[in-house]
Order: sequence, then structure tokens, then C-alpha cells
Amino acid sequence: MIESAFWDEIWNITLLSLRVSGTAVLIGALIGVPIGTILGFRQFKGKRTLTRFVDIMLKSVINTFMGLPPVVVGLVVYLLFTASGPFGWLGLLYTPTAMIITQLIMVVPIIIGVTMSAVGSVEKAIRERALSLGATETQAAWLVLREARMGVLTSIIVAFGAAISEVGGIMITGGNIRWWTRTLTTAIVVETELGNFAMALTLGAILLSMAFIINLALTIVQLKGARR
Amino acid sequence: MKKPSKILIGIVTLAVVIIGVFAYEQYVSSQKSIIVLATTTSTYDSGLLDYLMPIFERKYNAEVHIISVGTGQAIETAKRGDADLVLVHSRQLELEFVNSTYGIHRVGVMYNDFVIIGPISDPAGINGLANATEAFRRIAAAGAEGNAIFISRADKSGTNMLELSIWSRLGVTPSNKTQTWYMEAGAGMGTVLRMANEKGAYTLTDRATWLSFKNQLTNLRVLVEGDVILLNPYAIILVNPEKYPQRNYKGALKLAKWMISEEGQNLIASFKKEGETLFIPIARDFNKAHELGFPEQEKEIAWYDAQNP
Repeated sequence: MIESAFWDEIWNITLLSLRVSGTAVLIGALIGVPIGTILGFRQFKGKRTLTRFVDIMLKSVINTFMGLPPVVVGLVVYLLFTASGPFGWLGLLYTPTAMIITQLIMVVPIIIGVTMSAVGSVEKAIRERALSLGATETQAAWLVLREARMGVLTSIIVAFGAAISEVGGIMITGGNIRWWTRTLTTAIVVETELGNFAMALTLGAILLSMAFIINLALTIVQLKGARR
Repeated sequence: MKKPSKILIGIVTLAVVIIGVFAYEQYVSSQKSIIVLATTTSTYDSGLLDYLMPIFERKYNAEVHIISVGTGQAIETAKRGDADLVLVHSRQLELEFVNSTYGIHRVGVMYNDFVIIGPISDPAGINGLANATEAFRRIAAAGAEGNAIFISRADKSGTNMLELSIWSRLGVTPSNKTQTWYMEAGAGMGTVLRMANEKGAYTLTDRATWLSFKNQLTNLRVLVEGDVILLNPYAIILVNPEKYPQRNYKGALKLAKWMISEEGQNLIASFKKEGETLFIPIARDFNKAHELGFPEQEKEIAWYDAQNP
């Protein structure tokens, strides 16, 4: 009985973690990959001083946001979605959706940044060759994206790794409610506080194996990329 | 050019599926009454709410979402409209909440007491004192000599508020900045007890959390108990529906009514850890309620009994 309740809860927590971080990264990819691609195309065109300046600023801002502290994101999302805040009427605070929004804000800059440099590094050579062989602009863009796809994939995996191990932001916006908004990381915090070390360690092991799988995937992607 | 479009279709399909799952979940959960209860770490950490809430949830087909923070933060959460009701323990903060008109119908639910715990060696020599204020004075004195450490919750919780009121009786305003013996943890009761156990420090704790954690705290023991200022009453306060009409007022009322009903009160009394009762119900024990700072208990109980959500 106790055993089954124990695993029940762990399963629930793990699933929620995967769902929240997975959704955030998926939506983040849908937003971040196109923007990263466009910015990747853009950065070599800046010949005029003004465009160059804009490029440099944009890149620095994105790089800053790539290291956005999750607790700060959590605080801002909290203030936006608290009932007396501007989006309070949506009633999203302390729901998985609020947690997804928090992580989305965190992962979008990561995906944009990594995609941007991946696209930027193959853009010039591939695009010019494709255009000289008679491809249209759109076709050339697809080709560049295809060539850069390992980089894009890396951006998504890195973003997922950051999201799944994040704790400060979702603690604030999710409220760490049992069976509802309790993820692997926030559960470890509360189980440690309660002295349920068996539970905390199990959750830690699950989190660690996920990190391992993520890194394994990343390494495979990188090896594949190197072989080509 | 076929491959990328396939990937795109795949991604879009996945997105649609995930959004669909969400929409469905939102729909399912909107069918159930969700009640957000902001409460103190002591009621949660002691296991009381995990014991009570499933019974209530089954009976009323509701879901109770518990935000377990300190009393100060719980009341702030409710004031901002992010909770439906609070279960807290700090008379001063509760009255401020009610006076601000954000909280309504404060009613006494149960009580237990605070105890001062500390290392078995007891360097401040407070063991057996009946006067908590005197115990604090001795801890401060031993601390100033470098012989004792006191860990404060420092999180505006009910426990922290009582602790600060005892220090202020002594005319002491302890601060981590100037006094190294006074550590401001900014954490829940469980964490602070664990810290005290590691550091061999003194702290103030509610008895319920102490009893639930006692087995893990081998370096600590109860040193002072029984002073009247250490009594620890818990109150339920509803969030004013006029301030936040979108909140689940009916659900909050149902939960509050159930907690102070015969059934709820009996369940509270029957909740035990290691054979010891952790909380003593007072909702319908009017004399005790008056004594513990609920002068209008009969009136409020009558009001709750008359409601039919």
C-alpha cells in the first residue's frame, strides 16, 4: 500500500515535470527557432554602422537573456499573474500553465541564441552557393536551416536541460501544490524539508538520469555533426 | 524540400495534441470545485492537512490546493486575491487582515502550543523554566557570550511573530547583522528544526511540527513549555468575495464550515503522531476560544452554521 502510493506520487511528479518543461520547450522552439534563424541570417549583412550597432545590441541582449535567473523570471510572472496583477483575471497563478509560461520565458532566449549562432556559422557559404546554383531565397533558407539542424537540435536539448532542472521560478509561480504543481525539483525541496530523504533521493536520481539522457543525446548529436 | 515540411507537420501536430490535452485538463478541472487554501508550514509539515483534505475532497467532490507558507505570506497571498481562504496563527496579522476588509469571518479552529527547544547540553540553562520570556533573556545572554545560538524563522510566520513579540518584551531587537548568535533563516519550521539540530541551537517551534520531526532531531529536546504566552491558536479567515468576486467563495465557505463542524473538529482531535494529539479543536469550545483571542466565536460559529453554500 505505502509502496504503491510512494511510486504513484513519484510518477505523478515526474510526469508533470516532463509535461511542463516539454511544453515550454516545444512552444519555445516554435517561437525561438524562426527568430533565431532570421537573426542568424541577419548578422552578416550589417555593413552599415547603424545596422551593425543594432546587430551587436541585439546579440548582447539575447546573450544576457540566455542567462536570465529563473527566480527573477518567476517573480515577474508571479507579479503579472497574481489576481491583482494585469493578467490576474486569467486565474493562472498556481497552475501548470503559469509554470510553463515561466519556463517559456527562460528557454526562448536560449533557443534563439544557440540557433542564431548555428545558422550564422553555416549561412554565408551555403546560401551563396545555393543562390548561385539557381535556388530561390526561400529554398536557400531551407537549405541553410537543414545544414544548421544539428545546431537547432542542440539549442532545444540545452533548453530542455535548463528547464527540467529549474526550481526557483516554478516554485514561485506554481506554488508547489501536491498532485498539481509539484515537480521533481520543487518536490526535492519540500521532501528534504520534511526529512523524507528516501523520496528526495529517488526524485534526485530520476532528475539525474534525465540529465544524463539529455547529455547523451547532446553528445550523439554533436558526434553526428562532427562526422558530416 | 519534402523533408522539412514533414518535420514541420510533425511539430505542429505535436503542438496541437499538447494544447488539446491542456484544454481538456482545464475543462476537467473546471468541472471540479478547486479551493485554494493558503496556510502555514506547521499545518502542512505536521501532516494534518494531508490527513484532513482527502476526506473533505471525497465528500464534496472538490480539490483543495494547499499553498504552504508562513502566516505573513499566506495572508499576503490571500490579500492579493490568490487564495480563497487562510488557515493561520498570528493574532496580530489576522486582525490586520480582517481590519483591511480583505478578510472576513475570522473563526478559531484549533490550538496547540509552542515550545522552546534546544540542545540537550542546554548551555543557556533554561531547562524547566515556566517563563518563556526569562528563557529568551538567558539565551540572549548566553549568546552574547558566544555560548548559545538561536535560529529565527525570520519569515513573518506566526511562529516568527510570536518570537519577535517575546524579544520585544525584553526590549531586545536581535539581528543577524550585529549579533552572531542570532541566525535569521528565512525558512519553514521543518528546515529550521533541522538547522537547529545540526548547529545545536535553540529555537521556538509549534509542538505539532516538533512532534512530527522529533525522531530525526536527536540532538534536541523540549526545554521550556507551558507558559500562557506560548499558546498557539489557529484561525480560518475567508477572503472577502466583494474584493475578489472571481475567487471560489462558495468552496472556501464549504471548507471552513467543514473544518469547524463536528466531523471536522473530531477529525482534528483524532489526528495523532506517535500517540500524541497535535491539535486540540476549539471551534465549539467557546470558553477556550474566548481565552485564546476569539471574543466573537459564538457569533461567527452561528454565522457559519446559518450559511448554506
